[in-house]
Amino acid sequence: MSHATSDHAHKPYQQHHFESMQQQTQSTLLGIWLFMAQEILFFGGLFAAYTIYRILHPAAWEAGAASQNLLLGTINTIVLIGSSLSIVLAVHAARHADKAKVLKFFSLTLFLGLVFFGIKYVEYSAKWDHHMIPGIRWDDHHALHTLQQHAHAGQHLEELPSGIQLYYSLYFVMTGMHALHMIIGFGLAFWIMAKTAKGCFNEEYYPHIEYFGIYWHFVDVVWIFLFPLLYLV
Amino acid sequence: MNDAAVSEDAPRINYLTNGFSVKSWLLSVDHKRIGILYLIAMTCFFALGAVAAGLFRLELATAEADVLANDTYNKLFTAHGIIMVFFFLIPAVPGVLGNFLVPIMIGAKDVAFPRLNLASWYIYMAGGLTTLGAIMLGGIDTGWTFYTPYSSVYADSNVIMAGTGVFITGFSSILTGLNFIVTIHKMRAPGMTWMRLPLFIWAQYATSIINVLGTPVLAITLLLVVFERGLGFGIFDPARGGDPVLYQHLFWFYSHPAVYIMILPGFGVVSEVIACFSRKRIYGYEFVAFSSLAIAGIGFFVWGHHMFVSSQSEYAALIFSALTFLVGIPTAIKIFNWTATLYKGSVVLSAPMLYTLGFIGLFLVGGMTGLFLATMATNVHLTDTYFVVAHFHYVMVGGMMMAWLAGLHFWWPKMFGKLYNEFWAKVGAAVIFFGFNFTFFPQFIAGNMGMPRRYHVYDLDYQPFQMLSTAGAFLMGTGLLICLITLVMSLITGKKCGRNPFHATGLEWNKADSPPDTHNFTEPVNVDVEAYDYTDERIYRDA
Repeated sequence: MSHATSDHAHKPYQQHHFESMQQQTQSTLLGIWLFMAQEILFFGGLFAAYTIYRILHPAAWEAGAASQNLLLGTINTIVLIGSSLSIVLAVHAARHADKAKVLKFFSLTLFLGLVFFGIKYVEYSAKWDHHMIPGIRWDDHHALHTLQQHAHAGQHLEELPSGIQLYYSLYFVMTGMHALHMIIGFGLAFWIMAKTAKGCFNEEYYPHIEYFGIYWHFVDVVWIFLFPLLYLV
Repeated sequence: MNDAAVSEDAPRINYLTNGFSVKSWLLSVDHKRIGILYLIAMTCFFALGAVAAGLFRLELATAEADVLANDTYNKLFTAHGIIMVFFFLIPAVPGVLGNFLVPIMIGAKDVAFPRLNLASWYIYMAGGLTTLGAIMLGGIDTGWTFYTPYSSVYADSNVIMAGTGVFITGFSSILTGLNFIVTIHKMRAPGMTWMRLPLFIWAQYATSIINVLGTPVLAITLLLVVFERGLGFGIFDPARGGDPVLYQHLFWFYSHPAVYIMILPGFGVVSEVIACFSRKRIYGYEFVAFSSLAIAGIGFFVWGHHMFVSSQSEYAALIFSALTFLVGIPTAIKIFNWTATLYKGSVVLSAPMLYTLGFIGLFLVGGMTGLFLATMATNVHLTDTYFVVAHFHYVMVGGMMMAWLAGLHFWWPKMFGKLYNEFWAKVGAAVIFFGFNFTFFPQFIAGNMGMPRRYHVYDLDYQPFQMLSTAGAFLMGTGLLICLITLVMSLITGKKCGRNPFHATGLEWNKADSPPDTHNFTEPVNVDVEAYDYTDERIYRDA
């Protein structure tokens, strides 16, 4: 291609099958966005199931959402947004080849991720205590009692609303898949931190950091959808 | 341009001779070697699927149960379906021919992400072996569709393990698709404009879009079944308010487009072979190219035609029926354009061309009978009968498998630098064609008479059709064996060939050796010709 000539002195990080750095950068960026597209479709199946069951069982969704711990959910949302901010700062630091800052902000992101998991643990274990995990630990009597305690004013629960187990099944699958993506993100973050520490990146070459940012934002955005759908509605 | 001056006598190192150790194959990031890895693995899966089919065809020859127990019968047709769909039809052309040819056809050194490409093969193998393990360790009897609630609650077989295997393999398709899209967008050689791309590339591009956007939905759906069965979550459980029909919607949202994942690459092969052996540019190149994209697009909105007799709303069914007719249009455009290409062409009836002509005939029958099934009134009569079995085998085997074999024969000399015995290759093609028709044509009649699919004990009235079917299946098996032996023999005794034994257009024939160099091309590639320019005398040089 015409732009190949200016770049033809191969940079050490240019892979041999690319003609130029520009071609390599554009290719990897397009690849990452396509990967994000498939991620959207992956969660899309869950959102489709969510939508249909919510329409079929509105009472279950109302009672289920009311039983969630809104405070913890809100804190977790803020924590995740904070971790995204920290990744933006890491990318910014990478642009200025500030190794120490990149490592600092990555560590902050990981720390906030751990806080998220800590809070999620508290929430999950509450479900365990109240016998509200379908298939694994579920008890109609306990579940009804918990739902009645948390019911909004004006909502009367004489018996379990139909489809309540669907709500909790989807709650665990959706938050679980989200958590799985965070765990994968943790692994990627450690790998990138090791590369950063080894000095693999400079001010014009830091794609891993940038793409990790895209990935982490995606995981964050999934939560931004999950939070209102599972806690607020 | 000094391509004519390259010496042909000194054997230079090509991708096959560049290292002989097992490691040099298993850790190779060369797209051509990865293509060969797919070829070997996929041939094994195909053989297993074919043996399963042979066994239950033997059982079906008579109306009584005399060869297999009913449980074994269920497990065999399930194994046949799962192996053939997920481990042969879907990865065959993209995995083998796509990997081998996409970079060469566009003038690139490799795919955009070579290591990811190797990872895709390992993911395919991991998924394949997991599913194979499930089949060996007791089998699975849900049918390839894994319908709930049978799969999630009642089935007493290895649903979790088989489902996990298919789930894993899905990511191989996704990553290969992603790789091809980026490669086609970003790696084209100077002068290789979109409108100069071989139609094989357009087909791979359209297929890749479906792979990237459709497969993840199947992945999450199978995961939900695994969770439901393994953990007791109740997503599709009617007892807890869940809806099994939702499973069908999610499943077919992927699995109908998957039909196009299987057939579109075949369309690509057919375009290449028809142009070469008619010595003509494909009639209406742009229409054939864009009809691939149209099929990929419309194909996402027709899944409901698998569900006319589920509890789907009849208004939805009406729209799905109309959309299904719509997707017939771009498909028909292709058939018409290929036929128009043959018109007044200098047709050469070589082995790949025989497979391709077989494809056109059989796929036409498959496509036309698809319209019977897309029509709601006839669908109700034909649902779950042998008519459906015959229809999709005409598309999948008569269409896709024939196209796959056409492509394999067409590019075999390029892949291995050896010519096969043309006579036996043609015999193989003819035997497969006749065997196929004997196998599946009677099933249209049996199905229309009302014979339901998936029963191994049946009414005596249907026995003549089933007997014919079984005889045909073994004839087709013989043809496949002839084909296999012919190709394997060519590796041992085949005559060496030059760059372009078929005098075809395209970079793979005119700029790359047979077998190609490790880096594909030995000189910089610049494209200055339109696709399928069969008036260009340069293509007659290096036979």
